Amino acid sequence: MTRSTRFTLLQRLLHWLMAICILAMLFIGVGMVSTVMPKYVPLLATHKTLGLAILVLALIRIAVRLRSGTPPLPRDLPPPMQLAAKLSHYALYALMIAMPLLGWGMQSAGAYPVVLLGGFHLPAILPPDAGIYTLLKTAHVYLAFAFFALVLLHIAAGLFHALIRRDGVFESMAGGTPRNETAPAK
Amino acid sequence: MAQPSPGPKLASLALIAAVIAAGAGAFAYTAGWFSPDRLTPARLVQAIAPAGGPALGHRRNHAKGICFTGAFEANGNGAELSKAQVFVSGTYPVVGRFNFSTPDPNAADATSRVRGMGLQITTPDGQVWRSAMISPPFFPVATPEAFYALLQASASKAPDAMKSFAAAHPEIAAFGAWAASAPWTASYAEDTYNGLNAFLFIDKSGAAHAVRWSLRPQAAVAPIDHDALAKLGPDHLEQEIAERVGQAPQKWTLVVMLANPGDPTADPSKAWPADRKSVEAGTLVVDKVEAERDGPCRDINFDPTILPDGITVSDDPFPAARSAAYRHSFNLRTAEEKNYPRSDAAQQGTQP
Ligand code: HEM
Ligand code: HEM
Ligand code: HEM
Repeated sequence: MTRSTRFTLLQRLLHWLMAICILAMLFIGVGMVSTVMPKYVPLLATHKTLGLAILVLALIRIAVRLRSGTPPLPRDLPPPMQLAAKLSHYALYALMIAMPLLGWGMQSAGAYPVVLLGGFHLPAILPPDAGIYTLLKTAHVYLAFAFFALVLLHIAAGLFHALIRRDGVFESMAGGTPRNETAPAK
Repeated sequence: MAQPSPGPKLASLALIAAVIAAGAGAFAYTAGWFSPDRLTPARLVQAIAPAGGPALGHRRNHAKGICFTGAFEANGNGAELSKAQVFVSGTYPVVGRFNFSTPDPNAADATSRVRGMGLQITTPDGQVWRSAMISPPFFPVATPEAFYALLQASASKAPDAMKSFAAAHPEIAAFGAWAASAPWTASYAEDTYNGLNAFLFIDKSGAAHAVRWSLRPQAAVAPIDHDALAKLGPDHLEQEIAERVGQAPQKWTLVVMLANPGDPTADPSKAWPADRKSVEAGTLVVDKVEAERDGPCRDINFDPTILPDGITVSDDPFPAARSAAYRHSFNLRTAEEKNYPRSDAAQQGTQP
């Protein structure tokens, strides 16, 4: 069986759709907590709604990945970089799941009703507890910054593959000409 | 594969660096790190703190207060204005908090002209309505920015700070006149609590009605003067309400006022004329009072933008600013629990 050199169309669609959503979430997050303007109210509602949409999309995406797998990285990519690529991807998946759960959990522990755009109500996933609220809120904020740093690193790496290594890794996610110049690792 | 020459390679590296720097810069800009003058929730809350710093573990404003529980008995009249279940005839559980405006949880009762009530009503459909209301019939200033300026002017040592504030914000004069002339009461049960901010009630047909609401006491009001209140002691209000509710439940009527077209909805410093149509939507019954330290209101944020389906914010800029500030205050105080321990924790601390 030959492994494809590209992510499936569904995987690529999910990647780019979620990339837009997650970047939007990070910007909405830091924007909303630093304003007292009327836009604060719709921003927070959007933040919660989009955040939970990301949770659902991430679960679908992981299921798709388990079924479709991933294209191999180029054989000439040094092993430490292969490892860094794998670990950073796992970390990105972990954050896509953890951030919405922390958000939902902290709102529950803070005794806030979780109301989404369109008036949808979600049940509390934790009982009210000020100590747990503080813990989860702190984690949500620090991990948000770690998430953004990792996304920046990931974008730098993606562009490094596209512009400098030109090894087909970028195209495996972007579409366009498949890798044919470098033989894939087995 | 052709090895790219170092020139384009450097250009590519520079491009990557530029993309990352632009991303990081846009993020920092959005977060306000380049905008030291942006009015943030943190600055707004900071401005309330007294010179000696805030009281850790406590609400950053309306810090002195006492919890209550009870019920809201809806009579069904509000259902023509809002589809929220809370207006359907029925009885819904309530958690609330009597309080007055001060950053000091130990302030004496007679030091504050502004008393308040935090209120949460929960309905069986899972919806929650929170509100925080005060006793004056209008707010001292027209905008959140003006409120920030007022806090700064009151804290300022410059001799004419308040004078120049009043010149720039003439609406403050009406509040000054109210504060100087309105009678005091010696009981939380005898005060009216006004929502002041305008909200939209959405009815079953989807039509929006601009409203403000008030809770009017059913108890007889016995006005007293400031000095007589001061003589009753620094904590009279909490002692009195606990005793009074212990003897009989205390009641307020929820009155919903409707704006006429053209009435100001974005400015809580302007009361609507008294002849506006109003609807009595039900009765708040308070039947239990508990100290805040271990009480059910302690870790609730009475954020005025927490609304059931059937009520939304209007063009009034205050609820959003208050929501942002209350969230920040809530974050601070819940993280400072050790500075205001619950009594079980305090006892464990004293018994080794
Ligand atoms: C992928 C998902 C999410 C991301 C990337 C994200 C990101 C962020 C960021 C960047 C902040 C600002 C942190 C700061 O500067 O203080 C923030 C704050 C916040 N987020 Fe999220 N978030 C996500 C999901 C959620 C969800 C699902 C909820 C709620 C249901 C939520 C609720 C909040 C709240 C309430 C705050 C304000 C915290 C505070 O009081 O300071 N978030 N989030
Ligand atoms: C918030 C934004 C983003 C997130 C959360 C994200 C997340 C991910 C994850 C988890 C993977 C691993 C896929 C897998 O192995 O199943 C991946 C792969 C990839 N991403 Fe992103 N991504 C984001 C934005 C971007 C951007 C802006 C680029 C463009 C430079 C990019 C380029 C790539 C490439 C080229 C791959 C394929 C790597 C490979 O073949 O192993 N990503 N992304
Ligand atoms: C921009 C203007 C305002 C600011 C910055 C502000 C600030 C605050 C803060 C920081 C708290 C403590 C919140 C907490 O820790 O839970 C608070 C409580 C309160 N505020 Fe405001 N406030 C503003 C306007 C108003 C208005 C217009 C009203 C009344 C209509 C009001 C009534 C109350 C009441 C009753 C409480 C006590 C609620 C409780 O028992 O928890 N405030 N305010």
